[in-house]
Amino acid sequence: MSDAGIHVPTAARTQTVVASAGLAAWARLNLFGSWWSTAVTLLLGYIILRVVVGVVEWGLIHAIWTVPYSATGIADTAICQVAKGTGACWAVLTDKYRLILFGRYPYAEQWRPAIVVLLFIGLYIVSGMRRFWRKELVVVWVVVLAAIGILMGGGVFGLSDITEDYWGGLPITLILATFGAAFSFPLAVLVALGRRATKLPAVKLLCVLYVEIIRGVPLIAVLFMASVMFPLFMPAGVNVDKLLRAQIAFILFAGAYLAEVIRGGLQALPAGQAEAADALGLSYWKKTAFIILPQALRLVIPPLVNTFIGFFKDTSLVLIIGIFDLLTMGKVALSDPPWQSFSTEVYLGLAAVYIAFCFAMSKYSRSLERDLNRARDR
Amino acid sequence: MPYTTADPRLAGPRAAPKRRMRLSRADPVFRSVVWQILIVGVVVAIAWYLIHNTSTNLAARHIATGFGFLGRVAGIPIGESMIPYDPATDTYGTALLIGVLNTLNIAVIGIILATILGTLIGIGRLSKNWLLAKLTGFYVETLRDIPLLLQLLFWYTVLQGLPGPRQAWHIDDIAFLSNRGLKIPRLEWQTAHTWALAAFVAGLFVTWLGTRRARRRQDATGVRPAVWPVAVAVLIVLPAIVWAALGAPFVLEFPALRGFNFQGGLTLAPEYFALLLGLVTYTASYIAEIVRSGIQAVPKGQWEASRALGLSSGAILRWIVLPQALRVIVPPMTSQYLNLTKNSSLAVAIGYQDVVSIANTTLNQTGQAIEGIAFIMAVYLTISLSISLFMNWYNARIALVER
Repeated sequence: MSDAGIHVPTAARTQTVVASAGLAAWARLNLFGSWWSTAVTLLLGYIILRVVVGVVEWGLIHAIWTVPYSATGIADTAICQVAKGTGACWAVLTDKYRLILFGRYPYAEQWRPAIVVLLFIGLYIVSGMRRFWRKELVVVWVVVLAAIGILMGGGVFGLSDITEDYWGGLPITLILATFGAAFSFPLAVLVALGRRATKLPAVKLLCVLYVEIIRGVPLIAVLFMASVMFPLFMPAGVNVDKLLRAQIAFILFAGAYLAEVIRGGLQALPAGQAEAADALGLSYWKKTAFIILPQALRLVIPPLVNTFIGFFKDTSLVLIIGIFDLLTMGKVALSDPPWQSFSTEVYLGLAAVYIAFCFAMSKYSRSLERDLNRARDR
Repeated sequence: MPYTTADPRLAGPRAAPKRRMRLSRADPVFRSVVWQILIVGVVVAIAWYLIHNTSTNLAARHIATGFGFLGRVAGIPIGESMIPYDPATDTYGTALLIGVLNTLNIAVIGIILATILGTLIGIGRLSKNWLLAKLTGFYVETLRDIPLLLQLLFWYTVLQGLPGPRQAWHIDDIAFLSNRGLKIPRLEWQTAHTWALAAFVAGLFVTWLGTRRARRRQDATGVRPAVWPVAVAVLIVLPAIVWAALGAPFVLEFPALRGFNFQGGLTLAPEYFALLLGLVTYTASYIAEIVRSGIQAVPKGQWEASRALGLSSGAILRWIVLPQALRVIVPPMTSQYLNLTKNSSLAVAIGYQDVVSIANTTLNQTGQAIEGIAFIMAVYLTISLSISLFMNWYNARIALVER
């Protein structure tokens, strides 16, 4: 602080004086601070105004929300074709949203994927609350994931049996991301520990090779591997379906990235913790399970959430190997002849879904980071 | 400094006494050997099982192995190629080479453009202007939350939805944007240009020598001789003289509408343009955050102390702030460059023929999945390794040198 005893007027003080003088003063400081700032404000203000007015006119005022249907149930998009360029045709979403969200799941049974989506969201929220960060959370995950599997597949409790060929849309995206994270997490912990096991050089080498090879190639290469090479790996007669193959590829891919995040947490932990555990005579596994991991994992929760956001977006790549996730269903909806030319509207709708999930997660990750930092600084 | 005292605590750690490994659970060395044999054994067993299955399957399906197909005629039509290619006569090897070149092309151009755009946006987020800071913040938040593949598909359909060549948007008949892509004038390359370029490269070398001499003079005398007059002379004047001496040729080939399409000029095909646009805008949103946090990582006191020393803002930025910010920026920037390169493989979804796309066609035609995937992985591993090696070298150069 001011240990020299010299009084210096701080910037914060002048700032509050200006701020208290009202909106005009705030604008003078933050929008018209210099001629350069004024020019930027005027230019950007003009552009933003033009864009906002254009978007409102296109997306709300001139937009078309429903279209008439012919006797055979085919949408008549003539009014949309006329309005093209001046107004959005949201009718494509009102017509196709069930197909995009739930794929070709039997129409009458679509309450099941709807519940699955809600279960996933509930699972994320519960996992995000710090009062639930305890061992029982693992049980919750196992139970919820099992329930999701039963709801989607059916065959028990009087639910009709629906094979994976009919699954699609948002549940697939959530399944790939969440099951991928859940199964890759233990793998990643083991690999991260293995990479730091200096006393086991052979194991360390294996872990380094796995992580560096997977991280060095694009996800598409891993997915291609799963879709074209995997059938060759299996003994004759064994047929693993496409979704499971993609899921395995995803787990292997996510494992390498998560392992690096976890390794960061292991490295950030002071060496004294491990040394103290050794001094107490704990075995390697006891030391790891009770001393190292609880602290190291807590350190890396914000980057883990960020990595998960990445996986969530990366699930869209399964489009390339022909799995019907949310993005693929959007393209399927667009292949319907009457709607073919309204891709902008569909892509905007899909983007809104992805943004809703990713924005919530990144917002959460940042608030968590702030909280954890505050706790650490204290 | 040698210790003169005989206190054993100051003599540093002593080597553990050598002893023989005991075959007992209590011996940590023995345990580690057993663990390693066990784990490696399991991995080798799994690998052997998979390889065994694969070879049986390949034999059962009569699929050839090996890279013999590289020499066969490919017959893959390729739209964009940096080297001459004829699908009727050229081989799979050539086709795959074109794929690699296309990947490198998009990666290099993409990295340069994304760095420029990302830096501008990152600086914009720190602007004192509230509107600019919020707008760039909105850009970063939105683009990061939409899958890149969705953005690529969007840009591709937007470009395809543009008017045809006859109704193309144009700037004074110089550049045209239509559903055939972006057309811009092209410089007709002549020998004079090659020589001017050679003079420029020689000038770079001379400038580098000059800078080194200037630094040595500064270290010796404290006075830094000006380098810029020499730099201007060898970098601008010399190439200009060479170019003028060879007749100063400057012919631009303008794109012109002939019939249903454009002739001449430089073309950015819709596929390439969409991929570049998507990759650059998406990666720039990540680079912007890296640049912003790098600049913010330099404490304010550094600026204030430099000003107190009487340095100009340019000098502060160049000698005080940038070197410190780069230390924070370079490692995450490396992974963004790697991401951009790997993400360029999404080209396969919009039909730009990069290495993944051509290797995929190849493995579909030949049925040799393993070789095709192995080729893709080898190419990307090589690129990734080269970028990380270069960036590690650069990072080591700018790293803080401690005692």
